[in-house]
Amino acid sequence: MIENLDQIFVLLQHWLVSFLPASWQPAAGVLLSVAAIVCLFPALFALTTVFERKGLARIQNRLGPNRVGPFGFFQPIADGIKSLTKEDIVPSSADAAVHFLAPVLLVVTVFMGFAVLPMGRNMVLVDLDAGLLFYFAMGASTELAVFMAGWSSRNKYSLLGAMRAVAQMISYEVPLLMSSVAVVMITGSLSLTKIVEAQNHYTWGFPHWYIFTPWGFAGFLMYAIATTAETNRSPFDLPEGESELVAGYHTEYSGFKFALFFLGEYVAMFSISGLGTTLFLGGWSAPFSFLTWVPSWIWFFSKLMLSIFVFIWMRGTLPRLRQDQLMNFAWKFVLPMCLVNLLVTGLWRFMGDGWLRWALCSAILMITYAGMGLAEMRRQRLGPRSYRYAE
Amino acid sequence: MSIVFYLLAALTVAGGLAAVLLKNTVHCALALTVAFAGLALLFLNLDAQFAGFAQILVYIGAVAILVVFAILLTRGSETPKDGVFSRSWLAGLAIAAAVFAVLGWALLQSARVLPHETAVPTVTVQQIGVALVGRYVLPLEIVGMLLTAALIGAVIVAMHEKVEHEKEGSK
Amino acid sequence: MLGEGILKGMAETAKNFFLSFVSAERLTTVQYPEQRIAPFEAARVFPFLVYDGADWEAGLRCVACQICEKECPPKCIFIEKSTDKKPDFVGKPQFYPARFDIDISVCMSCQICVEVCPFEAIKMDTEFELSTDDRFEGLLLDRKQLAKSNEYYHQIHPTEASVVDAQLAAEKVKADARAKAAAGAAAAKTAAIAGEGA
Repeated sequence: MIENLDQIFVLLQHWLVSFLPASWQPAAGVLLSVAAIVCLFPALFALTTVFERKGLARIQNRLGPNRVGPFGFFQPIADGIKSLTKEDIVPSSADAAVHFLAPVLLVVTVFMGFAVLPMGRNMVLVDLDAGLLFYFAMGASTELAVFMAGWSSRNKYSLLGAMRAVAQMISYEVPLLMSSVAVVMITGSLSLTKIVEAQNHYTWGFPHWYIFTPWGFAGFLMYAIATTAETNRSPFDLPEGESELVAGYHTEYSGFKFALFFLGEYVAMFSISGLGTTLFLGGWSAPFSFLTWVPSWIWFFSKLMLSIFVFIWMRGTLPRLRQDQLMNFAWKFVLPMCLVNLLVTGLWRFMGDGWLRWALCSAILMITYAGMGLAEMRRQRLGPRSYRYAE
Repeated sequence: MSIVFYLLAALTVAGGLAAVLLKNTVHCALALTVAFAGLALLFLNLDAQFAGFAQILVYIGAVAILVVFAILLTRGSETPKDGVFSRSWLAGLAIAAAVFAVLGWALLQSARVLPHETAVPTVTVQQIGVALVGRYVLPLEIVGMLLTAALIGAVIVAMHEKVEHEKEGSK
Repeated sequence: MLGEGILKGMAETAKNFFLSFVSAERLTTVQYPEQRIAPFEAARVFPFLVYDGADWEAGLRCVACQICEKECPPKCIFIEKSTDKKPDFVGKPQFYPARFDIDISVCMSCQICVEVCPFEAIKMDTEFELSTDDRFEGLLLDRKQLAKSNEYYHQIHPTEASVVDAQLAAEKVKADARAKAAAGAAAAKTAAIAGEGA
């Protein structure tokens, strides 16, 4: 019974597809899964917009939207109706073809990333051997869509926003990939299903998730920072900062195209959180061995929503980083830490099991972190604030 | 030669043609990106997973952006007044035909020389990795040094301008 | 410790988040229009005319001196003087406004009309829910809509109203005393003339 609940979506898919002739069945099965993903994640996106607005509001000691539906949970429906019925304004000097294709390309590449995420036991859309590489290839194409959006609007501010966004995304691709490489080094495979299965073991009830190792913890932190920057999320949201560049690269978009950009950003957040969950938090495996009776997809989606809540929490806490601070941080701090993390991962892999490798790896990471952090702070002459008043 | 191959080949060739025939330079760059995508799909069609995804990651994710930035930061983004075709198009056509002939002859020759493979060889990423740090480690390191030199050169070019600006400011 | 600031900040926001559900003094949102905050005494929105007593026409303090019309910066007051006179609160016959219109779509709530009025006739109201779907006539308040009683004035600005009442009472006492003195002098004069005549 528990097995059935765990595999309920797989069984449902098999049952629905059994009505078709045998030669059509694989394609139909895949199409069904694709349809499920395309319906589920926008619904999750709608829910997340409400959670975000209410979460940020509660952090700021105010109520969020609470008029539409019970506790405001039908607000996305109102937002959706607004986006759909707004006039679609395309500037007359804008490049119409590219202007139209940019949000399309963004949404397509973002949804492609879900094809390799294992959302439960046996619940991967396509089990690729180079799954991680496929995911990052799709992420790289997102930058092109952002650039196309900014350039095609023929608006200096949009172009500036797009350049900044692309520079930021490229800079943080490197830490993103390098923190994932550490996971690949230990697992020995680029396939995401194998990575999850490698983490699905328990010692004394505790799971073998990679976040519970020194290199995994450091890798996860850097992955989280890189993720926040990749999806243009606060505190790295200068490209779309509402008070800075109007709306950055999507200034000239209105109505449904703007909703598509918004959708693209949030769904990218989901997919990259899903990847982070798979790489570091054990994917669909339960946190304790006595909890394995809970269906695997529930664990995956709970970890995903937890990541989203942490994103919302960070947005409510931290002020925005300036462009040069952001780039400095990427190249001068996160990248060296990633390289040290790779070294530490190598040490971990080739040292024997025992307390020595824990101590050595943690020591190397903490000393590097403290050293580089203090050096950076001293360079920027950070200290307690002093105020000068007009006399 | 399946229908998929013909479609992908048509996509790649269309992208390449558009990249040379369009007037707006940024449109040309985007059409080139379509050609890259077609090439990546051709790799995937041949079951070369690593090559296909690396093509997308590197070419579309980085090289296309680089090309577009280069166009924008120079004056190439303005539509050329004199039209896109050069005046000595006959010589260009002759050279292109010669190159195509040589490449075609080499490909056809190799198809005759190589033995017929009955099974598609599966190259896993691990084999590629082992080959890279085993047999091909020297080219790997040379490419790495080349990239480092390019990075340092870029930094020096940018820094030079800053130093010159500062010198002029202090005068 | 490095990164300490971020962790402290996150703890603070988490505290905010959870406490906003339980503690009432943190979540200070007033859900208008179901809940309202009581306006405080010095609030001001648009002017109104004060009348004493029960009859708004007879007790209207305004004597149509037109000072507020001249001093109003956006010129939103429009006054037409009457042709006859009526007695004011001390009994002296005064003009009264036949027409007193304020265009509240123009009024900028500067309170200059209140400051210059010598008769304490125009004061600032606190009512702001004046939205109407008639852009022109709906926002032009006439004499009848502007006239509100002194009791209402006491309700919205109690301290101010008491001060004004005390002032007016003092003036009335002075006026009465003057009238009595004048009546006494007149009576003495007529008595003296009568005495001389006799």
